[in-house]
Amino acid sequence: MLIFQHSSKGRQNKAQIAITAPSNNLVPEHLRRKTPAFLPEVSELQAVRHYTRLSQKNFSIDSHFYPLGSCTMKYNPRACNILASLPGFTQLHPQAPLIMQQGFMACMFELQEILAEITGMPAISLAPMAGAQGEFAGIAMIKAYHDARNDTARCEILVPDAAHGTNPATAVMCGYKVREIPTNLEGDVDISALKAAISEKTAGIMLTNPSTLGVFERQIKDISDIIHKAGGLLYYDGANLNAILGKVRPGDMGFDVIHMNLHKTFSTPHGGGGPGAGPVGVSHRLRPYLPVPIVVKNKHSDNTFTYQWEDEQQHPQSIGQLSAYNGNAGILLRAYIYARMLGKEGMIRVAEYATLNANYMMQRLKNSGFEVTFPRRATHEFIISLRYLAKHYNVNAMDFAKRLLDKGFHAPTTYFPLLVPECFLIEPTETESKEAIDAFVEAMQEIAEEAKNDPNLVKNAPYTLPVQRLDDVKAARELNLIYTTTNID
Amino acid sequence: MPFIPHTPDDVQHMLNTIGVNDIDDLFDEIPASLRCQNIDAIPSGLSEREVDKILRQRATQDTYQLCFAGGGAYEHYIPSAVWEITTRGEFYSAYTPYQAEASQGTLQLIYEYQTMMSSLTGMEVSNASLYDGASGLAEAVLMAVRANRKIKSRKLLVAGSVNPRYQKVVNNIVKNQNICLETLSYDIKQGNIDINSLPAIQDQYVALIIQQPNYFGQLEEVDTLTDWAQQHNMLVIAVVNPIALSILKPPGEWGTKGADIACGEGQPLGIPLSSGGPYFGFMTCKQSYVRQMPGRIVGATVDKQGKTGYTLTLQAREQHIRRSKATSNICTNQGLMVTAATIYLSLLGAAGLTAIAEQSMQNTRTLVSMLAEKNITCQFQGHYFHEIVVKLPCSAATVINALAQQNIIAGIDLSKTYPELPNTLLICVTETKSHQEIRHFVEQLHAATLIKVG
Repeated sequence: MLIFQHSSKGRQNKAQIAITAPSNNLVPEHLRRKTPAFLPEVSELQAVRHYTRLSQKNFSIDSHFYPLGSCTMKYNPRACNILASLPGFTQLHPQAPLIMQQGFMACMFELQEILAEITGMPAISLAPMAGAQGEFAGIAMIKAYHDARNDTARCEILVPDAAHGTNPATAVMCGYKVREIPTNLEGDVDISALKAAISEKTAGIMLTNPSTLGVFERQIKDISDIIHKAGGLLYYDGANLNAILGKVRPGDMGFDVIHMNLHKTFSTPHGGGGPGAGPVGVSHRLRPYLPVPIVVKNKHSDNTFTYQWEDEQQHPQSIGQLSAYNGNAGILLRAYIYARMLGKEGMIRVAEYATLNANYMMQRLKNSGFEVTFPRRATHEFIISLRYLAKHYNVNAMDFAKRLLDKGFHAPTTYFPLLVPECFLIEPTETESKEAIDAFVEAMQEIAEEAKNDPNLVKNAPYTLPVQRLDDVKAARELNLIYTTTNID
Repeated sequence: MPFIPHTPDDVQHMLNTIGVNDIDDLFDEIPASLRCQNIDAIPSGLSEREVDKILRQRATQDTYQLCFAGGGAYEHYIPSAVWEITTRGEFYSAYTPYQAEASQGTLQLIYEYQTMMSSLTGMEVSNASLYDGASGLAEAVLMAVRANRKIKSRKLLVAGSVNPRYQKVVNNIVKNQNICLETLSYDIKQGNIDINSLPAIQDQYVALIIQQPNYFGQLEEVDTLTDWAQQHNMLVIAVVNPIALSILKPPGEWGTKGADIACGEGQPLGIPLSSGGPYFGFMTCKQSYVRQMPGRIVGATVDKQGKTGYTLTLQAREQHIRRSKATSNICTNQGLMVTAATIYLSLLGAAGLTAIAEQSMQNTRTLVSMLAEKNITCQFQGHYFHEIVVKLPCSAATVINALAQQNIIAGIDLSKTYPELPNTLLICVTETKSHQEIRHFVEQLHAATLIKVG
């Protein structure tokens, strides 16, 4: 049932309506609303019960193992939420006088410092509100850099064919043409194809390392030299930072700009699709273009400090504000709290145990007969292909994924990257125990057996969830996007 | 080793299975010359108790007594149930609902949200949210350029009374695609767009952007503006406050045909001020433009047995399918904020929302009359919602600093953004303020102006 179907005309949640003198209608007649909005009329208990029950229809990290590749579904520590929700933080108006913001700004300044050190980038801006906006900031800075040098013939961004879809979409939003670079059989960028694609039109390249194929790009230094020699810049998609924390830094690999997904590596909640946070770090040459605001720490003659926001006034070449205020401040706070609990030792261990878990799971699946696409070494994630089952038993990766849901596991990322047929991209993260991984491998083995013995059992999965397999084609052809009282039973 | 469950035995067993001696062997693909030497600038880890102490001290430092600032971020009371339910792990720690069968909670909630926002704005369809009001307007601008095929120019007309922060953000996001905004000046007496100034405009524009109530809290003549724009082949983009929509004419009813796209800041709907984020941008539009919408959209469908279920739909617009031809690069949006807003709207209903809007309006009028007793007057003469611009006998910065000493946020200094409005302060009063608190604020504000004059 929908919340609207719990409604009764005239029911009001009186606890939320203050008893005050009714005000005369203060809006001029021609600007006034004539009919009330169609909103639920329910009691507080009805609302609480409805949304509690809805929540129970979700898989989540708190309830299920969730090995979604490239999404880094690690445990979201409760302390991060509780402390970031302290009234002093949540009640702070973004345009409060600076003296009222000093506690929050201290956290933001220190987060900038932590992110600079972990990425090897000299300067950080926390402004972008999600990974895709971090990408936008990165490519917009590359454009601003070339434009400032009157190097305006550069109109192309190179993107490997295995890249996340946001990469090419971002390049287009920044006014660039996209040129795809193929990947070789080992999962590395095809260097000869890269050399052939490079020209005086190349503005830069967008790379992820470890790549979306779950392998470390070993020729990164060569790629970096090739691009820089041609006058282009290197953008690092930090979606996969978890595996390299404290092990190797994008700044040392030769990248000019990086964005980080704090809702992955720094464990801020995914929230059913956001909010995220996508800070950017840059090399010295891109520093003037960083998005604002940026927090600075000013030392006074009496040895005290105050924090200050810097904007376009101090950074006239900045690509500017990307949100009305300070980005997703509350999410940045959660990342700061997580970073302080981890500390430098903890961050290195995150990379180590994320990698240990991925390699252990990869080896166990390989031993169970699954086809590992790039078996040389997993980073924090790896790919298996289910094409054998698809070919011989007509059970594809989506069927397999749905059956995993029945077994109590969220499915790995399916059909991404696009160039591996019938694939799963699997990322266990460091917060899962050996037992959880073993149980997942056993479920995978069971489903592989089911696929061979009773393919229809897998093809018709899931059976145990609130709904069975949904008709996506109907959803797109007969659009039903809002409730009208007659279009839902 | 926070949040890592491995025992030494586990580690040994796992290394044996992999066939390596040491965890470090797993990093053998990273060239030695690139290996990180140290990250010593990062402090050592702390226990939860130690971090708790630091954060509580800093949060206490930032506590104040009364807030009269608005300007796009508004203090409203948030019912306790909103975040109690929103932060349940099943909502808080779920991913984007790509596996629909395992995400019916989030998906149904978004469908309910789309229904509520469409109704509030009087439009036919809604997406599942964008980052915030400002970046949401930028997406609306890009959408209008795609949708209005009649106009080839890449210029839009924006009312000068639209939030200046939004104008800046829009420009920063769309300028790389050679799209530009031209400003329609506001009337300095009325604080809104003078409809008599419209006939002078001759150029071709993709769309007109109108904010209601506008940045100064004033009401625009939305019917006339909408009709004029549409007669000149422009689309109309409405930027609206969702609380105000409980009593103001919804964009879908503006003029004879209604606005084409409505968007705005969702923060007033149960989202804390939280230093500016996370908030969420909402966007609704006419059905005919749905395929030009950016971001996720949820649709109802049926499962194999004919049972109703919900799923992400029209994904062929999105970057993970369309890559460089997508309507936007947006992927992650503000799902958890939408969860809170949907619960907020359910707890209040139309009657509750109207009561909040009316109480806020009433309180702002109380402020105006108390200020008038002190000979402090409004800059503009027009109709207003819950925000006003007041003229001070001294600089706004003086008043803001003096009231900060009393733990009061006085408002927003407009003189930096609007040189034509020296000594003006933008003040907002919502339902959260009592008569006594408004009185106290007026006394303090008046006292601050006297210090300067004296």
